[in-house]
Amino acid sequence: MSLAAHGHCLRGIVGRELLRFVHQRSRFVAALVRPLVWLFVFAAGFRMALGVAMTEPYQTYILYEVYIVPGLVGMIQLFNGMQSSLSMVYDREMGSMRVLLVSPFPRWYLLLCKLLAGTLVSILQVYVFLAIAYLYGVQAPAMGYVLMLPALIVTGFLVGALGMLLSSLVRQLENFAGIMNFVIFPMFFLSSALYPLWRLREGSELVHWIAVLNPFTHAVEMIRFAMYVRFNVEATLIVLATTMVLLALAILAYNPAKGMMARKGGPGGGD
Amino acid sequence: MWFPTRTIIKQAASSLALSMLMLLPTAAQAERIFVSNEKDNTLSVIDGETLEVIETIPVGRRPRAMAFSNDGSQLFVAVGDDEAIDMIDLDTLKVVRSLAAGEDPEVIRVHPDRPHIYVSNEDDNIVSVLDYQKRTRVTQIPVGVEPEGLGVSPDGKWLIATSETSNMAHIIDLETMEAVYHRLVGARPRHVEFTREGDKAWVSAEIAGTVAIIDMQDTFDVIHTLEFEVPGVPRETVQAVGMELTSDGRFAFVALGPSNRVAVVDQQSYEVLDYLLVGQRVWHLALDADENRLFTTNGVSGDVTVIEIEGDEGDFEAIRSIPVGRFPWGVVVAP
Repeated sequence: MSLAAHGHCLRGIVGRELLRFVHQRSRFVAALVRPLVWLFVFAAGFRMALGVAMTEPYQTYILYEVYIVPGLVGMIQLFNGMQSSLSMVYDREMGSMRVLLVSPFPRWYLLLCKLLAGTLVSILQVYVFLAIAYLYGVQAPAMGYVLMLPALIVTGFLVGALGMLLSSLVRQLENFAGIMNFVIFPMFFLSSALYPLWRLREGSELVHWIAVLNPFTHAVEMIRFAMYVRFNVEATLIVLATTMVLLALAILAYNPAKGMMARKGGPGGGD
Repeated sequence: MWFPTRTIIKQAASSLALSMLMLLPTAAQAERIFVSNEKDNTLSVIDGETLEVIETIPVGRRPRAMAFSNDGSQLFVAVGDDEAIDMIDLDTLKVVRSLAAGEDPEVIRVHPDRPHIYVSNEDDNIVSVLDYQKRTRVTQIPVGVEPEGLGVSPDGKWLIATSETSNMAHIIDLETMEAVYHRLVGARPRHVEFTREGDKAWVSAEIAGTVAIIDMQDTFDVIHTLEFEVPGVPRETVQAVGMELTSDGRFAFVALGPSNRVAVVDQQSYEVLDYLLVGQRVWHLALDADENRLFTTNGVSGDVTVIEIEGDEGDFEAIRSIPVGRFPWGVVVAP
């Protein structure tokens, strides 16, 4: 298969995802409203209680709304990654997934294209959110917004691959909501998105260790450091390694011969 | 063939090299920021370029206020529990001698022309005047109960001493060395700063959380009282302490104690423009020579926050907090 054909396929999948995103205005608004409510309401309420946190990569004391922004960026990507996987379950139920998977391209390539498409949509949402946060007064160095981009791509793939793996385990759309609740909320709350790790440790040693083991914590820290023109090597390596593993598992799960789809009798499952 | 331009270029190049060489020592001499650590009995010296602590100087017990000698060669530190003023040589960064300063000296100020140090002796209800060259006590000026804040007018005519129990600002004529006016200000007045022209004096009051502006030209009365309200912060934590006024007459900065904020105030309209977040229990402030940066001592968090104050108030930003000793109290920038 030629490179041009691969490009054509990529354009098709990304184009479809972007088109779907643009057409679903309510989805876009919902994706923005969620973190903005956290920023304007939740962070304002906690301003006094947590207003003097000083933690890396910040060089001085910051207001809570400054601290929470990278976590909310992660939240946007987490919800988007899950939503995109939700759409895969929907596609599977509706049969459009079958159309995609019968194309002559290797399955791993199709899944990667799908992940990239979802990631791009989430990055679009993130930058609109950051622009509003900037006007609200949460301003990072200009270079930080550029350096965030690779971190956002990696995080997009991380949560996308996780969602994809989960979608392969779910047979019906109805079941997916439950998994979302059991995955999204623990991942978000048991991370450094809302509170620094040292603050979690003050509350509970167990919660602190769960947060340390949570890959989403490292994704948020990678974004946070990049936003302030710093590079968190440890967080980046952990996120990259986790993404690779989840990606491999997702591709395996969608493998018609060996994956979960085969056992479930899903598309390409050969039933 | 002779090219006159070549000679000119050579001359210009050599004079440029010479001037670069001449500039080198001054360029290498970065500003030094001195911070008194009340509980550590030390001063931390911060390099103005790297913003890192480069030296820690052991001094007497309970160091608080600091001031430079008029020639800029010495730094004076009030060491309250030793009842003395330690004199530090700014070349060697060592205490060279100690000057007896009466009971519990807290705040000190130096006269702009005379070799005089003014010291507030809280327990004796007096302001001591010391001659740092002759190392003698010149006189004692009786003021209200528990004198604390001191400020000398830029022309050296006036000294204001605040008494924290009487809640008064005592305006002292430095020719006669007598208090001539007494003005009521907010509860527990802490600190005094004059405008560059000396036409007004700002007096902060810790418990009241206010700043009184005193006219120093005609009436010597309080002409305005500034109040602060930090959104989302309990009123009782807003305590006005240290202040700094820019020499261009645009901005004033007021340290607001346990509210962990520095207020940015318009010096002309008295409007509070902004509140900047710094470390815990911000106490005193110091501007650098170019007035591009403001340093704050944060007593409880044990650090110094550096605020960039170039441009307009919207551009002001805390850029770094530097850990120093325990309970940093005062801060001065070496001229």
